[in-house]
Amino acid sequence: MIKLIGVLVVAAGFALRFNTLLVVMAAGIATGLCAGLSFHEIMTQFGRFFVENRYLTLPVVLIVPVIGLLERYGLQEHAERFIRGARAVTAGRVLLLYTAVRQVSIALGVNVGGHAGAVRPLIAPMAEGAARARHGDLPEEMVQTVRAHAAAAENVGNFFGEDIFIAVGAVLLMKGFFEAVGLAVDVWSMALWGIPTALAAFGAMWWRCRRLDRSLARVAAKTTGAERRGGP
Amino acid sequence: MKLITMEAFYIIGGAGLLLMAARIARDATHPKRWGSAAFWALLAVTFLLGDALPPVVTGYLVLAMAVLAAAQQVGRPTEQGTSRAERMAHEQRLRHRLLWPALLIPATALAGTLLLDKVHFGGVWLVDPRQVTLVALSLGALLALGAGLRLTRAPPAAPLAEGSRLLQTIGWALVLPQLLAALGGIFATAGVGEVVARLVASALPTQHAFVAVLAYCMGMALFTIVMGNAFAAFAVITGGIGLPFIVRLHGGNPAIMAAVGMLAGYCGTLLTPMAANFNIVPAMLLELKDRYAVIKAQAPIAAVIFIANVLLMWFCVYRF
Repeated sequence: MIKLIGVLVVAAGFALRFNTLLVVMAAGIATGLCAGLSFHEIMTQFGRFFVENRYLTLPVVLIVPVIGLLERYGLQEHAERFIRGARAVTAGRVLLLYTAVRQVSIALGVNVGGHAGAVRPLIAPMAEGAARARHGDLPEEMVQTVRAHAAAAENVGNFFGEDIFIAVGAVLLMKGFFEAVGLAVDVWSMALWGIPTALAAFGAMWWRCRRLDRSLARVAAKTTGAERRGGP
Repeated sequence: MKLITMEAFYIIGGAGLLLMAARIARDATHPKRWGSAAFWALLAVTFLLGDALPPVVTGYLVLAMAVLAAAQQVGRPTEQGTSRAERMAHEQRLRHRLLWPALLIPATALAGTLLLDKVHFGGVWLVDPRQVTLVALSLGALLALGAGLRLTRAPPAAPLAEGSRLLQTIGWALVLPQLLAALGGIFATAGVGEVVARLVASALPTQHAFVAVLAYCMGMALFTIVMGNAFAAFAVITGGIGLPFIVRLHGGNPAIMAAVGMLAGYCGTLLTPMAANFNIVPAMLLELKDRYAVIKAQAPIAAVIFIANVLLMWFCVYRF
């Protein structure tokens, strides 16, 4: 039970909003000490895993210079203006379409998109542009909500398409696990059983996007109503 | 032998980070000049020398980065980006051409993923097949940078300045995913997972077939919330709950259990700040005021998908 101390440290640290990097290190140190490691050994573990997992950070580091450059020359503005030309477009529909593209492409083994490469420069500005085209200027909190949903569209599309492709991490990991315990489990049946959940995830995203569009419409109606009452 | 390895890209990334740190150190108006410069320089060192440094040294470097961040010595610069009017003027001129470099990243990633791992000259491979996705993505970023520079005719310092601005918008949260992965490793070494699996299994009456499904899905989601990673949860929870109860006791289908169970774990990923690369870094990157805003947007989606997974597994795992 004492091994769970790290989980407690993390929960308490996040709840009290201490600096997350420090909370994570403290949790690792507490867990390591409870498991009988020395401080030096714990630092060794941190160093080893930190270097092994540089691949998590590298894409962001390599992508932001070109994205920043293109933003300086108006990429976000272009994405926003581009979407204003389309008639039936809403913020929710932009995001739902992105989720679908992401799910289908990753199910076919192609990982395109990402928060730095697609959401910030293209998808979030498009969703904001669509919302502005329909409802005029948005209050800041609605802009923030639209952006948060853009990040959600990326995550949902990414997570719930991936397991359908047999040659990626998840399915191979499951196969490896079953082999280690001596069970023969077919990779194709594992991949195909990912499809119902992929459809459910798309349905859940559809529902969220519709709610997003409705709340945008509601807020827009309220602000224009207030302006009308204010009168000239 | 491989011609292109990830090491090359770590060195390019590290060099970029080092230049960024130097830029900050020269910026007298930066409110957290020396702390920020030190933070990004330390990160650059772990990228440039990662494999050469003994892990224990890297560990202490990481501790120093955490202390700098906790002491609030890592901050954003005062320099502002360009004005909207300026950007609009460029946009009028460049129009759709602005999209090409941005689309070059996914296009290269696509082509690279399909082709790069097939290229070899006898025993000499162009790319390690296991790293092909990352290599293709990194190549795409560099090609896009070249195309962007050509298109905009910006000075080479411009991408450095803009990249530095964006990375400082993300701030210390950029390394959070790496640090959390390290914490996950330490949890695994200490055997935290076995404790969680035992707790869930003993707290619920798993002799009922439905409860076994619920316990497994909940175990996957909860442990993923703790670890920030469903892959780490899978072996532990499947070994502790899935195999003994769903497969052995109730005769469930392991393929269905694994596929749906992993996706139940992903619902946990949508909910946890521990999955920082998916939930926290994007909140910073999109300049959201609430760093949990992405998680809050995802919570209802995660709940719906989780319930769907439990029902799906319950209806199917004992039937097929």
